Amino acid sequence: MNFDLSQLTLREVNQALHDLPEDGAMEPIYLLNPRGAHAVACGLRVAAKIEAQGHVGYYCAGMNQKAEITIHGSAGTGVAENMMSGLVRVKGNASQSAGATAHGGLLIIEGDASARCGISLKGADIVVHGSVGHMSAFMAQAGRMVICGDAGEALGDSIYEARLYVRGSVASLGADCIEKEMRDEHKAELIDLLAKSSLPVEIDGFRRYGSARSLYSFKVDNASSY
Amino acid sequence: MCGIAAFFNKRPTYESRLGELFVPMLSCLTGRGPDSAGFAIYRDPASAGSTKIVAHHPALDYDWKSYFNKVGKLESMKILSTHALAYLSGEPETLRAAAEAADPAVTLMSVGSTIEIYKETGLPCKVMEQFNLSSAQGSHAIGHTRMATESAVTTAGSHPFSTGMDLCLVHNGSLSNHNRLRRNLEREGIHFRTDNDSEVAAGYLAWRLRQGDTLEASLKGALRDLDGFFTFAIGTKDGFAVLRDPIACKPAILAETDDYVAMASEYRALVHLPNIENARIWEPEPARIYTWSKSESNLELKIAQ
Repeated sequence: MNFDLSQLTLREVNQALHDLPEDGAMEPIYLLNPRGAHAVACGLRVAAKIEAQGHVGYYCAGMNQKAEITIHGSAGTGVAENMMSGLVRVKGNASQSAGATAHGGLLIIEGDASARCGISLKGADIVVHGSVGHMSAFMAQAGRMVICGDAGEALGDSIYEARLYVRGSVASLGADCIEKEMRDEHKAELIDLLAKSSLPVEIDGFRRYGSARSLYSFKVDNASSY
Repeated sequence: MCGIAAFFNKRPTYESRLGELFVPMLSCLTGRGPDSAGFAIYRDPASAGSTKIVAHHPALDYDWKSYFNKVGKLESMKILSTHALAYLSGEPETLRAAAEAADPAVTLMSVGSTIEIYKETGLPCKVMEQFNLSSAQGSHAIGHTRMATESAVTTAGSHPFSTGMDLCLVHNGSLSNHNRLRRNLEREGIHFRTDNDSEVAAGYLAWRLRQGDTLEASLKGALRDLDGFFTFAIGTKDGFAVLRDPIACKPAILAETDDYVAMASEYRALVHLPNIENARIWEPEPARIYTWSKSESNLELKIAQ
């Protein structure tokens, strides 16, 4: 099945995707000529396989549930923002705030991601084959992030319980983010995430980062303030 | 919000189609800035010893001929809606001072040899039509669609802002220290017409350049002295520059081919450009100065950090 965004309105295409049977269309659905349009394939709650055939604009695959969405190009701000489940794969680069606040599912970025990747991550997994920009994983609460390239300034600033794995250099760590020991259970989850992202399962060189749990919110004396 | 677009011809291939390519770029960014729009176009250089001036007066029947005759020796003149373009004999600085003194109700849009700035309130498509942009030819163009946040929607508050001879600035973002900076710059003799924060950024660059700084040094200074959010595009006589603040929350996309460099706030403003599918497309990095110039032999991108 094809939907051509140069012929149909974005609303028509997104409505048609929302109306797909919930248990899923097995055949891939191709979205032609996205030409940088915003909000492509947003808010899906069906186990469909969607292929966007070009660059997309802001918030592509936002709030995704169940769907498997591949972007054959680059994505603008906030790809897979607040994803709940499913799989979003960006074949190119992703702009800022990729996977912001995502609760579940897997976001794979085969190129680089810019600033604030995984900001306020709430349980999803993000695997970036390239590098990420500054302030990535800011206040990340849960979930895992794998960065095969380098991380920009202030990685994991004010991080809670998300786990970060970086193979390249880290320009600087944010407040309360520290390097942590890579134990067997971490190696196992890293192997699993690399395999799921169709990357060679080669964990040498990866380092783990996470919270030092020393900020205000982690102090038991402050518990009554919440 | 606000939208920014720029198109720079590295080779003459698309110079005859500049307006045709640029109009869809700017109109695509209407959603980011429906309040007013403007553009600087670089074309038809003044001959040696002449200066090109674009000025604005709100009255459509304003007597431009008398005005320019007061300013200097008028060579030729063309009226476009609320703006008038004139070539005058003489040095730009002398003519600028004379033009500012000739009638306080007239606002100078641009002074130089190739630059022409046109800007007005209203939807971008209306503004571009008002100044016949679609048929324009030229080497490069810098444009802006404005969504006003903290100062009035007026012609003077629209972008681009002139920052000196053949120079202009467009801004997406907001500055937090513009009031203090404006007072400091006023003491240095920089004159402001609006309460607009972007005009202060333009005034800052004008001041640095007047002190003898290079554009690159001025932009480095801007990174240190401007507090706030910004993506800037700066038009120069023979090129353009792009700079984002270190936080980089205001968007920018660059596309480069052998023929041109294009910049826009959103990728979708670039999709109609020729050969875009083979262009190198990337986001400019935070706090990094990107410049292109025709006077440099290789026409390649120069990056300063």
